[in-house]
Amino acid sequence: MKQFLARLKQDKVGLIGFTGIIIVILVGVFSPLIAPYSPEEMFTDHTMEGPSSQFIFGTDEFGRDIFSRIIFGTQVSLQVGVIAVGIGAGCGLVFGLISGYFQGKVDQIIMRIMDIFFAFPDILLALAIVAVLGPSLTNTMIAIGIVFTPVFTRTVRAAVIAVKENEYITSATAIGVPPIKIIYRHITPNILAPFIVQITLALSGAILTEAALSFLGLGIQPPNPSWGVMLDASRTYMEFAPWTILFPAIAIVFTIFCFNLFGDSLRDILDPKMK
Amino acid sequence: MYAYIMRRLLLLIPVLFGVSVFIFVIMRIVPGDVAMTILGTDATPESLAQLRKDFGLDLPIYQQYIQWITGVLTGDFGESMRTGKEVLPDILSRFKLTFELTLISAVISWIIAIPLGVIAAVRRNTRTDFGVRIISLLGVSVPNFALATVLILVLALFFSYSPPVGYVGFFEDPVKNLQIMILPSIVLGTAMAGAVMRMTRSSILEILRQDFIRTIRAKGAKERVVIFQHALRNAMIPILTIIGMQIGTLLGGTVIIEQIFSLPGLGQLVLTAITQRDFTVVQGAVLFIAFVFVMINLLVDIIYSYLDPRITYK
Repeated sequence: MKQFLARLKQDKVGLIGFTGIIIVILVGVFSPLIAPYSPEEMFTDHTMEGPSSQFIFGTDEFGRDIFSRIIFGTQVSLQVGVIAVGIGAGCGLVFGLISGYFQGKVDQIIMRIMDIFFAFPDILLALAIVAVLGPSLTNTMIAIGIVFTPVFTRTVRAAVIAVKENEYITSATAIGVPPIKIIYRHITPNILAPFIVQITLALSGAILTEAALSFLGLGIQPPNPSWGVMLDASRTYMEFAPWTILFPAIAIVFTIFCFNLFGDSLRDILDPKMK
Repeated sequence: MYAYIMRRLLLLIPVLFGVSVFIFVIMRIVPGDVAMTILGTDATPESLAQLRKDFGLDLPIYQQYIQWITGVLTGDFGESMRTGKEVLPDILSRFKLTFELTLISAVISWIIAIPLGVIAAVRRNTRTDFGVRIISLLGVSVPNFALATVLILVLALFFSYSPPVGYVGFFEDPVKNLQIMILPSIVLGTAMAGAVMRMTRSSILEILRQDFIRTIRAKGAKERVVIFQHALRNAMIPILTIIGMQIGTLLGGTVIIEQIFSLPGLGQLVLTAITQRDFTVVQGAVLFIAFVFVMINLLVDIIYSYLDPRITYK
């Protein structure tokens, strides 16, 4: 950990990304304290007003404060990111460990099922799942989690197969250590590097997919303050009120950019070839 | 090689079978009565029963699947539950647009990404490299729907330009076709360029460290020859992988862009069918997209061996 932090300090780009993520997390956690108004409070006398001292990012067609909605939208995006990636990473870790360690028929079955999921472009698979589950916050998280499971499974499986070849695993097997204990104590800690990198990259992917689904009207439903919902809603009058579209767009790009900056550096730091 | 291609094609059968079962089942477990969704709540019980009979919805699910997949295997994807149009001709005509969009986007991304990636690698750890790294990460980070809406906004506000509405085929009117396609292609191409740029940079760097490059340089070859004839050619394999993956992703990514630019492509067909719960269209179109997706991956694998004769497939 110390070594990791020391390397992160040297990598300015990664540090910028890391700082950005911390800011986004703090904004998400302290949304009620930062936002001047409730995200759903309507100021009917101030509809579609440009940025001012009262509403720093302006207001939307219902007179809601765009700044407050973006601040609360951070909470929604982070929640989707963390829970969806949690589902994908959790399932992927279990399937990948089983598949990589036991191999044989169980590996064949798991990986062929994953191949089926890989045959769909991400957004299309998410759309199909949301069509079944119905558009809502919880279902969006489940759909994105399912979409991300195959990539985690493949990453973990590849790492397990590489680690399994090491002599200490052969020795542990030879002295009769049960497979569960080998997986838990010897394999899992050694496959964490690619797994963590994948998590960071998946977080930005999850936030992006949520925004895309909400933009299409199949993700989080209004009046929830999702950035994707805000972008979609403001398309019809963006020429008259450009601030309604610019600020949510900047929020999305900033968040994803920070996660990608950090993920990119993390990959360099944790990749043994780069050391 | 042919044996390898045949084996890969055979392996596609269970995958596509799995896809067909998955999408069929998933559309059948959508909650609610599809017949009522299509005909409306004031439909008579007789008309509801007739619709269910017409589309085989009154049969057990396995029989419905067998009926559908038998049709698919003989080239009959059924008819749309909404419009009554044949599904396959509709998919094929819309695929032309999506394919053109994907192709132009891919070309735009290569034009931007490969030269910039090469420059970044050659000038490693300089300001140029840093700039390219940031641009490529921005390319990956800007969602295509956000870029599209902001682009439309900027063009409308500052240049009083709005993209033409309606679609004209390339062979009918190439100029108008390109006018329609250029903006959505730039949006999709920019997003793709980010990933290709990063891959180009890292693979060129990897190759430039190898011994054969040192030998070529020692023989006095010009730097241009070293980079373009030796390094880039060898670096093309990972670049091609990412391009193959991106083209597949683009096929799905067009869903949003076609929606924003009102382009009647395959993505828009799927989205409309999902929201209208037009089972036959969703099943047919998704199976078709999955087929194209896996075929692109296969094609990428085959092209590898042409680029790098060391790769042999057994």
